[in-house]
Amino acid sequence: MAMQPVPEQAGVLAAAPGPSGWARLRVRRSGGNVADRIYAACLLAFGLAIPALFAFILFRVGMSALPAMREFGLGFITSSRWNPVEGEFGALPFIFGTVVSSLLAIVLAVPLAIGLAVFLTELAPRWLAAPIGFATELLAAIPSVIYGLWGIFVLVPWLREAIQQPLADRLGDTLAFFRGPAYGSSIMAGGVILAIMIVPFISAVSREVLAAVPRDQREAALALGATRWEMTWQVALPYALPGIIGATILGLGRALGETMAITMVIGNRPEITASLFAPGYTMASVLANEFAEASGDLYLAALMEIGLLLFGITIIVNSIARFLVWRVSLRSGKA
Amino acid sequence: MNEEEMSKAPGVLHLPTVLGAVAVAYNLPGVSQPVRLSGEVLADIFLGRIKRWNDPRIAQLNPGINFPSRDILVVYRTDGSGTTYVFTDYLSAVSPAWKQQVGTGKSVRWPTGLGAKGNEGVAGQVRQTEGAIGYVELAYAKQTNLSTAAVQNAAGEFVQPSVEATTAAAAGIADKLGPNPDFRISIVNAGGSGAYPIASWTYLLVPSQLQACAKARALAGVIEWSLTHGGEQARQLHYAPLPEHVRDQVLGRLRTVTCGPSREPIVAGE
Repeated sequence: MAMQPVPEQAGVLAAAPGPSGWARLRVRRSGGNVADRIYAACLLAFGLAIPALFAFILFRVGMSALPAMREFGLGFITSSRWNPVEGEFGALPFIFGTVVSSLLAIVLAVPLAIGLAVFLTELAPRWLAAPIGFATELLAAIPSVIYGLWGIFVLVPWLREAIQQPLADRLGDTLAFFRGPAYGSSIMAGGVILAIMIVPFISAVSREVLAAVPRDQREAALALGATRWEMTWQVALPYALPGIIGATILGLGRALGETMAITMVIGNRPEITASLFAPGYTMASVLANEFAEASGDLYLAALMEIGLLLFGITIIVNSIARFLVWRVSLRSGKA
Repeated sequence: MNEEEMSKAPGVLHLPTVLGAVAVAYNLPGVSQPVRLSGEVLADIFLGRIKRWNDPRIAQLNPGINFPSRDILVVYRTDGSGTTYVFTDYLSAVSPAWKQQVGTGKSVRWPTGLGAKGNEGVAGQVRQTEGAIGYVELAYAKQTNLSTAAVQNAAGEFVQPSVEATTAAAAGIADKLGPNPDFRISIVNAGGSGAYPIASWTYLLVPSQLQACAKARALAGVIEWSLTHGGEQARQLHYAPLPEHVRDQVLGRLRTVTCGPSREPIVAGE
């Protein structure tokens, strides 16, 4: 299917038009007008404030983490012992819990969110699309402690009785994923609550991106005899793909950093197990739980290093996202 | 504060105000009598060595009760907390195995169980899960109507947590406090009659030398008033007033605090 070059979508790829690099700044400066120069200087300051803030946070967290880096080296990432009493600190269970719960959330949330976005843009009549869209956006506005409380009192008991216990009874002996005992509070509960929390973000962005697919593209497909399904699947979705990937990464970023709600349902046990029904622990949770009462410099430094690692993981995820979006838009541009 | 923290804040006194108890809460439908637990059995439950409610060692302590063969789910606090400190301090005092494998701390490496956030999280998890056992501040156990275990004290009595039993836990400590005492002394596993063994002080941190005398005297007045008149309010919140002779020792310690360049005592009428 012939395709036009993909324009900027949802701010994911912001390629600057016009003169590039420092040349643009010089153009502004050579204006000669004092007001213009002040204006340019102010904007430059605003622009530099964010990288400066970023560098400052990275520097301070890094400095505070230094004692732990010296003490444990790379062992900090590979050790799974976390024992504040003995001064042994290893971050592996927290990294594992963060990554697994977030991936689980993405696996659950992406099909639902994209399905929802497609329904709202392609199929739903206006009188239905508006309230559903509104309700979805409302989900994003609920504070995470409310999700956590709902998780403790509604989701966790339901998961335990309706999902985990039956699955553990039937499949627990053959599949390690579903091995009991089923307590409810688990990596699975964490993944489900994260999924619910990130659906609004992914679907809202996906919806905007789908709505931005040009009308003539759709009409061309329909005129060539495509069914509605073929038009959505072969024209609209591929066209919107870079934006949808961007939306997914936005959701993943939020899932990685979510603290309150997941702390309340994941069981907070620093262990690595194959079972989704077993309790786990995330990096953000251990920071929230132990930072306030951490006594001892090494303990604090170890928590800081976890913060630094979380920072690092987020940067890696975002870089992968940028790369994916770039690759996809490149390919669809050439096709 | 521990020694490391003390070294960073020299000249700070720990003045006890009230006492708090940590209750062992459980959820065992069908068992209406209060369950009795000894320190060692409690430690072995939290070590994961005793895994079921109908374990003979639990049954032995509770002759009249027919326990279900239900798995025990241990629930602990994940956020660093004084409650955890007191509870692990008690387990370390009564169980050499606990002391060696886990130890005492505001956050420890739990051998088994699930972590919940805050007293309310532990109380919620225990209430929801049949067979669960956890530890919460006394006030939370009372407010949420959880069943609490009678824990054996050093004198061999099984005592339910209560305000009176908590005050009793500190009563025996007075002999160990010398003149100008440091009140950072553990009162877990107390042995006096009716003493509940999982209890601790709540402190005010007061510098032993203050700058401005007017403020310092007002502060002394507040502390004196709380110690002498605040008992009833503390009781309503399920915190225990200090035993009288301990309270007098705290007031005596307050008189050693001085203020201003000439180091005047901050308590008037000396």
